[in-house]
Amino acid sequence: MLKHSLAASAVALLAASPALADNPVPEGVELAEEQSYTFWLLDAIKSMDPQINTDVEGSDILRNLFEGLYNEDAQGALVPGVATDHTVSDDQKTYTFTLREDAQWSNGDPVTAGDFVYAWQRLADPATASEYAWYMELMQIENAAEIIAGDVEPSELGVRAVDDHTLEVTITTPLPYFPQMVVHASTFPVHQATIEEHGDNWTRPENMVGNGAYVLDEHILGERVEMSKSGTYWDAENVVMENLTALTINDVNQALTRYLAGELDRVDIPAGQFPRLKEEYPDQATSTPYSCSYIYMMNVGDKGPEALNDVNVRKALAYAIDRDIIVDRILQGGQEPSYNWTHWATAGFERPDLDWADWSQEERLEKAKELMAEAGYSPDDPLELSLQYNTSEDHKKIAIAASQMLKAIGVNITLSNYEWKVHTDRMQSQDFDLARYAWCGDYNEASTYLDLFTSYSGHNNGEFFNDEYDAVMAESKTAEDPLPMYQEAERILAAEMPIIPIYHYANVDMLSPEIGGIPTENVMQTWYGKDLYRMAE
Amino acid sequence: MLSYTFKRLAIAVPTLLILIVVSFVLMHAAPGGPFTSERELPPEVLANLNAKYGLDQPLWRQIFTYIWGIVTEFDFGPSFIYKDRTVNEIIAQGFPVTLTYGILSFIVAVVVGVTLGVVAAIRQNSVLDYFAVGVSIGAQVLPNFVMAPILVLTFTLWLGWLPGGGWQGGQWEYLVMPVIALSTSFMASIARITRSSMLETLNMNHIRTARAKGLPERRVILRHALKPAMLPVISYLGPAFVGMITGSVVVDVYFSTGGIGKAFVDSALNRDYAVMMGVTILMGTLTILFNLVVDILYGWIDPKIRY
Repeated sequence: MLKHSLAASAVALLAASPALADNPVPEGVELAEEQSYTFWLLDAIKSMDPQINTDVEGSDILRNLFEGLYNEDAQGALVPGVATDHTVSDDQKTYTFTLREDAQWSNGDPVTAGDFVYAWQRLADPATASEYAWYMELMQIENAAEIIAGDVEPSELGVRAVDDHTLEVTITTPLPYFPQMVVHASTFPVHQATIEEHGDNWTRPENMVGNGAYVLDEHILGERVEMSKSGTYWDAENVVMENLTALTINDVNQALTRYLAGELDRVDIPAGQFPRLKEEYPDQATSTPYSCSYIYMMNVGDKGPEALNDVNVRKALAYAIDRDIIVDRILQGGQEPSYNWTHWATAGFERPDLDWADWSQEERLEKAKELMAEAGYSPDDPLELSLQYNTSEDHKKIAIAASQMLKAIGVNITLSNYEWKVHTDRMQSQDFDLARYAWCGDYNEASTYLDLFTSYSGHNNGEFFNDEYDAVMAESKTAEDPLPMYQEAERILAAEMPIIPIYHYANVDMLSPEIGGIPTENVMQTWYGKDLYRMAE
Repeated sequence: MLSYTFKRLAIAVPTLLILIVVSFVLMHAAPGGPFTSERELPPEVLANLNAKYGLDQPLWRQIFTYIWGIVTEFDFGPSFIYKDRTVNEIIAQGFPVTLTYGILSFIVAVVVGVTLGVVAAIRQNSVLDYFAVGVSIGAQVLPNFVMAPILVLTFTLWLGWLPGGGWQGGQWEYLVMPVIALSTSFMASIARITRSSMLETLNMNHIRTARAKGLPERRVILRHALKPAMLPVISYLGPAFVGMITGSVVVDVYFSTGGIGKAFVDSALNRDYAVMMGVTILMGTLTILFNLVVDILYGWIDPKIRY
C-alpha cells in the first residue's frame, strides 16, 4: 500500500497553502461591518441537486451549500474538504479516503462515508437519470458503465464505506489525476433521509439539508438565491462572509450597469469593453485565464466535405486565420490566441513547440496559399465550405472575420447561424463542414481536453479517428509523468489539424475592490464563499 | 347572451385541444431535444433520461398521457430543464409576477392612452394635439428593448432613485421601470386608436344632435361620444391585455423580474417541452377568455350588436 497524503501527492500541495486551515483574512485588513457578497448569474439555476446539476453556475452555488471530499485553494491545488487525506493501493486502483469526524449536515447529523456512497450510487443509478452520470464513467469507477446501462444494480458501484469515516473507491484503470476529480459538484454527498422524505422537493430552502459552509435561505427561480452562513459547518469559525446572494440577470450589459450602480460585487465584462473599463476602473477590471478552449471543428468524417479529408486543406484553413486580430480587435479581454487545443494555463501542462505557432502571420498565410495550390484550389477555383455557429454576437463577429481571412486563400465560406440546440444537434449528427465549438475543462488536467479527440470519445463530432493518437492517450493514463504524451498528442493534432484552434478563454470580470479572497490564479475559476471577506471602505 | 357565452366556451375546448396537439407536434419537430447539450450524452444516459420523462413513447401516446394528466389531475408534468420544479410550480411562481406588472401596465396604458387620445381629438390641430400625437408616435417608435436599458441607466446608475432590477415580492420601487417599459408602446397605440375613433365619432349625427340640443361640451364628450369611440379601442384591448399579463421577455430579461415571459422563451430555446406546453396552454386559455370578454363588452356598448 502506497501512502499518499495530500501533501505528498504530485498534483496537490497542501503544504503550499497552510493559510486555508485558518481565517482567510490577511493580517492588517479591516473588515466591513456587514459581511455580504452579491454575485451575478446569467441564467436561472436549473437544479440545486448536486447529482442533477449540469451547469457551471449551478456548481458555483452548490460548492457553498455542499462540500465534497476535497476543495481547491486559490491556486487550484487540492485542500481538505470532508476528507483529510487518502492512500492509494500499489496497483493505483484503490483509493482510500479518510473523512474528518467533525463534519456535520445542517441538521446536525454527522457526514459519513455512507453519504458519499449513497450520492455516487445515486449519480450512476438510471432511476436518477442524471445527465452527469457519465462522470462516474469518466472517473473510471468500477461498474459505473454497467450500472448506467442498467445491467448491474447501483449497489455494485466500486465505492464502499469501510466505516463511517473511511471511504474506499475502486477504479478500473489507474488515473493519476483521480483526486482532482472529486472536487466536482456531482460527487458531493447528499443526505439520504432528506431525499427519501421529500423526493424531488428536497432542494427547496425549507427542506434542504447540506454539509457546506452555507445554508439555502431562499431560491426564487430566475430572480435570486440567498444563502447564509451555516452554524454546523466544521470550519464555521473561520468563515467570515455571512451572506451570499446570487442575482439572475439575463443580459450581460444590464448586469454591468447594475454593478456600476453598486448592486453587485462581481460581473462579467461584455466582449470588447475590457480596455475601456480597465482604463476607467483599473482596480476593478480583471482578466484571468479560464479553462475553456474555442475552436472551429472540421468534419473529417464520411459525412464531411471531401476537401476536408485532405490534410493540406485543413492546415491551410488553420494557418489562414489571424488569431491576433480576433483576440485584440474583437474580444479585447486578455484572451490568448491559440495554436493548440489544451488551454495553456492547465495545471501540469506545457505547450509543445509547434512550428506554425512561431511563424509570423505573413508566413502562415504564404504557407496556406501554397498548400491550397497543392490541393488544387485557387481564388479562381475556390473551395466552398460552410461555417456554422450558434447565436451570439461574439461568435458572429469572429465568424465574419474568419470568413474574410479564409477568402484570402481562396476559400468561400457560407456562414450559417443556428439557434443553440439546432447547432448542437447538427454537430452531433455530423451535419456540418466547419462548426464553432468550445470545451471547458471538467478538472484541471490536460486529459480533460485531449481525451475528446480519441476515437472512442463521445464528443469527437468531427470524427477524427487516429490510432496513433489513441495509443498516446492510452499510454498517458498509466504514465508516472503524462506530459510528454500530452505534448505528443498535441503534435499529432497539429500535424493532422482536425480543428482550427482560435483562442483560449479568459474570465473577464469587474470585481468590487472591497471583496477579498477571490482566487485569480485558479484556471478553473472555482471559488468558495467561505474564503471571501469584505473589507471596510 | 348566456347561451352565446356557453356556446363560445364549448368551442373553446376543441380549440384548446387543437392548440395542444399542433404545439406538441411542432415542438417535437424542432431539431434537438431537452437533453441535447454540448457534451453529447452517452446513449445509455440519454435512454435513461428519455425513459424517465416518457420521451421514449410514441408521440400520440405522449400527447394522450399529457392531456390525461391535465384533465384528471391538473398536472402539467415536471420541467425537463429545471428538474427540481414542476411546470405548475414554475407558472405559480412566474405568473403572479407577470400578472402584477401586466395589470398595472394595462391600467397605465389605458388611462394615459385614452386621455391623450381624447384630448388630441377634441383639440384637433392644436398644440395639445401635436403634443399628444408626438408623444404617442415617439413612444411607438422607441422599442422597449431600447427603452429598458435607458431607464436603468437613468434611474439606477445616474439618479440612483430606483433599483436596477429584481422583484422583491413586488415592492413599488421594483415595479416602476417594468411598468413604464411595458406600457409605453401599448399606451401609444391606444392613444392613436382613441384619437382617430374619437374624431370620427365627433362627426356623427347623434353628436351634432346633442350639440344642437345645447348640451355642454363636457357632457357631449363623456356621455355621447366616448362610449361609441371606445369600440375599436376595446377590440384592441382584449389581445393587448393578454399580451401584457402573459409577460414580456424584454421586461423579464432587463429587469430580472422572474416573470413568465422569459420562462416561455427559454423553454422554447431549451426544448423544455413541458414548460413550453404549460405556458402555451395558459396563454391560449387567456386569449380565448379575453376575446370572449371583449365580445360581451361589445354587445354591452354597441346596441347594434345582439347575440
